[in-house]
Amino acid sequence: MLQVISLLVENKPGALMRVTGVLSARGYNIESLTVARTLDPTLSRMTIVVDVDPALRRQVIKQMNRLVNVLQASDLTEERAVAREMVLLRVRAPLESRTAILKEAEIFSARVVDSSVEGFVLEASGDPEKLDEFIDVMRAYGEIEVTRSGIVAVSLEPRRLRLSPPVPTGRAEREEAASRLGDVSSS
Amino acid sequence: MPNLMSGARILVECLVREGVDCIFGYPGGVTLPVYDVLYDHPIRHVLMRHEENAAFAASGYARSTGRVGVCCATSGPGSTNLVTGLVDALMDSVPIVAITGQVSTKAIGSDAFQEADTFGITRSCTKHNYLVKNLKDLPAVVHEAFYIASTGRPGPVLIDIPKDVLQGQAHYTPVSAIHLPGYKVITEGHTGQIRRAAQMIWEAERPLVYAGGGIISSGAHQELRELVELIDAPAVLTLMGLGALPGDHPNFISMPGMHGSYAANMSMTHADLLIALGVRFDDRVTGRLSAFAPHAKVIHVDIDPVEIGKNRAADLPIVGDARRVLAKLLKVLRDTLGERERKAEARRAWWRQIRAWQREHPLEPVFSDTEIKPQHLMVEIDRLTNGEAIITADVGQHQMWAAQFIRFKKPRHWLCSGGLGSMGFGLPAAIGAQFAWPDKLVVAVVGDGGFQMSIPELATIASNRLPIKVVICNNGYLGMVRQWQTLFYNNRLCAVTMEGFPDIEKLGAAYGIPGRIVERPEQLSRALEEAFREPGPYLLDVRVSPEENVYPMVPAGAALNEMVLGPPRPVPVPK
Ligand SMILES: Cc1cc2nc3c(=O)[nH]c(=O)nc-3n(C[C@H](O)[C@H](O)[C@H](O)COP(=O)(O)OP(=O)(O)OC[C@H]3O[C@@H](n4cnc5c(N)ncnc54)[C@H](O)[C@@H]3O)c2cc1C
Ligand SMILES: Cc1ncc(C[n+]2csc(CCOP(=O)(O)OP(=O)(O)O)c2C)c(N)n1
Ligand SMILES: [Mg+2]
Repeated sequence: MLQVISLLVENKPGALMRVTGVLSARGYNIESLTVARTLDPTLSRMTIVVDVDPALRRQVIKQMNRLVNVLQASDLTEERAVAREMVLLRVRAPLESRTAILKEAEIFSARVVDSSVEGFVLEASGDPEKLDEFIDVMRAYGEIEVTRSGIVAVSLEPRRLRLSPPVPTGRAEREEAASRLGDVSSS
Repeated sequence: MPNLMSGARILVECLVREGVDCIFGYPGGVTLPVYDVLYDHPIRHVLMRHEENAAFAASGYARSTGRVGVCCATSGPGSTNLVTGLVDALMDSVPIVAITGQVSTKAIGSDAFQEADTFGITRSCTKHNYLVKNLKDLPAVVHEAFYIASTGRPGPVLIDIPKDVLQGQAHYTPVSAIHLPGYKVITEGHTGQIRRAAQMIWEAERPLVYAGGGIISSGAHQELRELVELIDAPAVLTLMGLGALPGDHPNFISMPGMHGSYAANMSMTHADLLIALGVRFDDRVTGRLSAFAPHAKVIHVDIDPVEIGKNRAADLPIVGDARRVLAKLLKVLRDTLGERERKAEARRAWWRQIRAWQREHPLEPVFSDTEIKPQHLMVEIDRLTNGEAIITADVGQHQMWAAQFIRFKKPRHWLCSGGLGSMGFGLPAAIGAQFAWPDKLVVAVVGDGGFQMSIPELATIASNRLPIKVVICNNGYLGMVRQWQTLFYNNRLCAVTMEGFPDIEKLGAAYGIPGRIVERPEQLSRALEEAFREPGPYLLDVRVSPEENVYPMVPAGAALNEMVLGPPRPVPVPK
């Protein structure tokens, strides 16, 4: 079964490689991956869909959470979440099938983003399985070309983001700060 | 107005603030600016003879002190040569910071001279790594690197710095705080879980403490000792945990695992509670995982959540620093001390059983009148150093015999490559340790194979007049591999004979280091004494019996209680 992982990562060079490295080190093939900045431009939100051995799911999430650049990694597979995807589809449409194509597009709430004598480019978004159906239907009209965005997903459960506070620099300063937290040997 | 400084000088200023006193390195074109700063700087730069050894030396420094070890290499071949040392530190959770030079930012990606994608290559070899493209980022990066390397589960961090960044000029203002919002270190341990752990401990009839490297890195050896004494539980220590309890402590059984003792492995198999502290249930320890400790509930204390449940499900997980968790646990145990009597009878029976196992098949050295047995060598080293010396080992049979027969009194006195098992570790690690502890006796116990991977570093030893004693356990074989060929490949020995070992006296003489061969068992003790008494370095080539195998041995894929205890004995002919 596919696992949907949502991550909040620092928008830094190499961060993406670190996250995908957890998967590629185990030889997993990524089904889809989306990344974009969040409201805070120093952060990015990633959604990864990947086929992970069920016994290793929690392990993979923990490994991602261990990465310095990852603020939060969570498994959306087993919680309430909404997943959406977008597809851009080019279909060749000879005169006689143009109306039929437009009808089908309407059923799937797809929009025409380009129209020419050769055919259309349609844009549809929604539940990934619905998009599969849309693509299947369009295939019946002839040669199509498809670009999918990959899934973006959001959890419907409230989640607290725990971030680490700043720490002093320098060995001496840190040791001083640590000793203020209480020396365990004296307890 | 703050000082205008070069990137290289800012780097070194930040190293000073991190308390660095010593860097193990090897220079090259792009790191020239750093060396120009070091030219008249109090930080000591130790010129190694290979970058891999610079990383191992930094590791030896870190393992023997708990402080961050620092190594430095140039771009391209310099940084690729570091890789083995980085992975070694990653596997054994050793805090080191590696600084590498990189080609200028504008040249990156153009196959420039001595360019390698160090940032990409070392991503999976480090706990974290950096490529610094802007000089203004450098101070924060350096402090972050030290913080990440030394906190939580320690590990290697690499900083790759292009030459133009090192050469660039900037006004340096010290950074006062670093911000790593996603770097989570949980140290405290859940109080409720700790209370439950105490309950499980009092309820257990056959408890066993299984402790390792995490105790050493946490500095929890005192707390560990208090724990085993308070609950009077037997304890096993992994290869990485040796020294966490004194080697002659009555509760200490021995190392468990592939070459662990009969008693240690039988205790694992029969325990009803494993108190796992800073260990990672490594395959060398567990044997066949499905048959490992089949009757035991597991309390697992580890600072890294990834380790918990990775190989063995924990009945009671506690994420936290071993020292802090143990301090709290001890308090709860003391408050509930009345419970100690509950299982007293069963506990006494458990101890009787363990003592019986120890008597049945003790870990006993082998001696001979005609040849030096490798076990004999380790027993003599143990007797003469009395747990006070820092002992490094290389990888192979000698490493296992050293672990079995040298008793360590204190933590950070036994340094070896456990997780990666990288040959060539022992001698450069001894160099790092000797720099950290100039007045201590440092002994590198190495195989004849591993020693030959490290020979160039004899120059480092000689030129710095480091009083390291190199003891070569010379069996004329890549012994550990030979053992597997003997036992599992019908003794078809292939590519394991180490012919052409150099004449150690001449080799030593070439470096100005005294060297000597010992072949007779009756000479061994004197020879070691003389070597250890020597004020400078010494090479001792100890010719041990070539065909000796390490026992007990749990064959690959077998369960711990299926260990082979010794060589097949001739079947007595019935009269
Ligand atoms: C030839 C060869 C044979 C070997 N045979 C054996 C053998 O027979 N028996 C054996 O035991 N080993 C053997 N080893 C070593 C083995 O490969 C592993 O390196 C070793 O068992 C791991 O030790 P460890 O479980 O203590 O973990 P380490 O690798 O030392 O890891 C430390 C653990 O503690 C945690 N930790 C770190 N800091 C803290 C902290 N502050 N608080 C709490 N937790 C912390 C870490 O997250 C980690 O999980 C052999 C190695 C070689 C090369
Ligand atoms: C770099 C490296 N290459 C290969 C190995 C595989 N290996 C493990 S033990 C061993 C033999 C070591 O021989 P030696 O140094 O003579 O020690 P001995 O086992 O004889 O005590 C080898 C080749 C390794 N651990 N590390
Ligand atoms: Mg050998």
